[in-house]
Amino acid sequence: MIEFHLDSRSGVSAYLQLVHQVRQALRLGLLFEGEQLPTVKHVATSLAINPNTVLKAYRELEYQGLVAPRPGIGTFVTKTLSDASLGAHGLLRQDLKRWLAKARRAGLDEESIEALFQDTFRSAAQENVA
Amino acid sequence: MSAILRAQGLGKRYGRRWALSDCNLEIPAGKVVGLVGPNGAGKTTLLHLAVGLLTPTAGTIEVLGDRPAASPAQLGRVGFVAQETPAYATLSVADHLSLGAWLNPGWDDKLAKRRIEGLGLDLKQKAGKLSGGERAQLALTLAIAKRPELLLLDEPVAGLDPLARREFLQGLMEIVAEHGVSVVLSSHLVADLERVCDYLVVLVASRVRVAGEVEELLASHRRLTGPRRDPGTLPASQEVIEESHTDRQSTLLVRTEGPILDPAWTIEEISLEDLVLAYMRQREDTDRGHRSKLEVLR
Repeated sequence: MIEFHLDSRSGVSAYLQLVHQVRQALRLGLLFEGEQLPTVKHVATSLAINPNTVLKAYRELEYQGLVAPRPGIGTFVTKTLSDASLGAHGLLRQDLKRWLAKARRAGLDEESIEALFQDTFRSAAQENVA
Repeated sequence: MSAILRAQGLGKRYGRRWALSDCNLEIPAGKVVGLVGPNGAGKTTLLHLAVGLLTPTAGTIEVLGDRPAASPAQLGRVGFVAQETPAYATLSVADHLSLGAWLNPGWDDKLAKRRIEGLGLDLKQKAGKLSGGERAQLALTLAIAKRPELLLLDEPVAGLDPLARREFLQGLMEIVAEHGVSVVLSSHLVADLERVCDYLVVLVASRVRVAGEVEELLASHRRLTGPRRDPGTLPASQEVIEESHTDRQSTLLVRTEGPILDPAWTIEEISLEDLVLAYMRQREDTDRGHRSKLEVLR
């Protein structure tokens, strides 16, 4: 069973933080197929957050095909993310390293690189929405 | 979905001063509603009108489809915790529960006992000897054990230390998860409400400035930063809530349903706290204020 936590200063909505934490736990192999997620009531009570926020996160995970509810019992993990993503992960990391080296050669310092990344990330995310 | 609270042109006047004026609200059921605003904005007045402790000077208010305090049955459907979570100092915790059982036909004694036990309160303890946090929890227990459909809480965590505050909100969320009760709670601190509320009403100087689902409010407000520009030149769909300018730069907080396409702006999401503060800072009689109120009615 995993234990959720919330960072109220991150600017990321609570429901997304919960989704990320489950995905992260799946990826790191901390959560297995067949395991139960904490109940909505348990999460709402322990974090002092609105139960609807927890429900929304669980529905999103269900939509992503990672968990499934069993009526009257709880929500269970139906898929793991750990092995499949590792290979792709390594490739992406290599790409990113190459890109970082390029950015440094172009004379960007760490702060500029971070700003450029954030800016591109955000505009790409917005294009996806639009 | 039916409304738990519907106000139309609702107002309350004390002598010459309007504590609440022209209040129009329609709050859907099943929400945890945050009623936020500075001290003296009219939060308590609105809650007292909703529970039937006050009668309106103007307009109407309906709670769960009926006039507040219209009948004993109506009283039983609404739980209320007044400011500073009062309790009878010389009565014990057990006395409070007996009193609750005696006064409320729908009293759930099992629920009350279970909560008191879960909190580790001593039934023989006099309420006057409880800490602020314990007294608040006792008041919440009394309000929920009558099994209301709607729970109204007036600044329940205002006087509590951070730990007691968190424990109180945990208790409240447990109740919401378990019983699906609708909640309206007031506070002058947004941070208290950010986690627990999914609906927000901002009340400033006796008027509702903005009301809506937290998610929709966050999705429709953006901070724009860019070269200095007259806000009057923005598309009509973008309502300026707040603006500030330097020689070269303009920073605007806008409300809009559509995407912002002008590439000159850097667009940022805003936090609930920034959103509330922006509405609190708005002056009362500007055109903008009226426009935002009209939008609220939509």
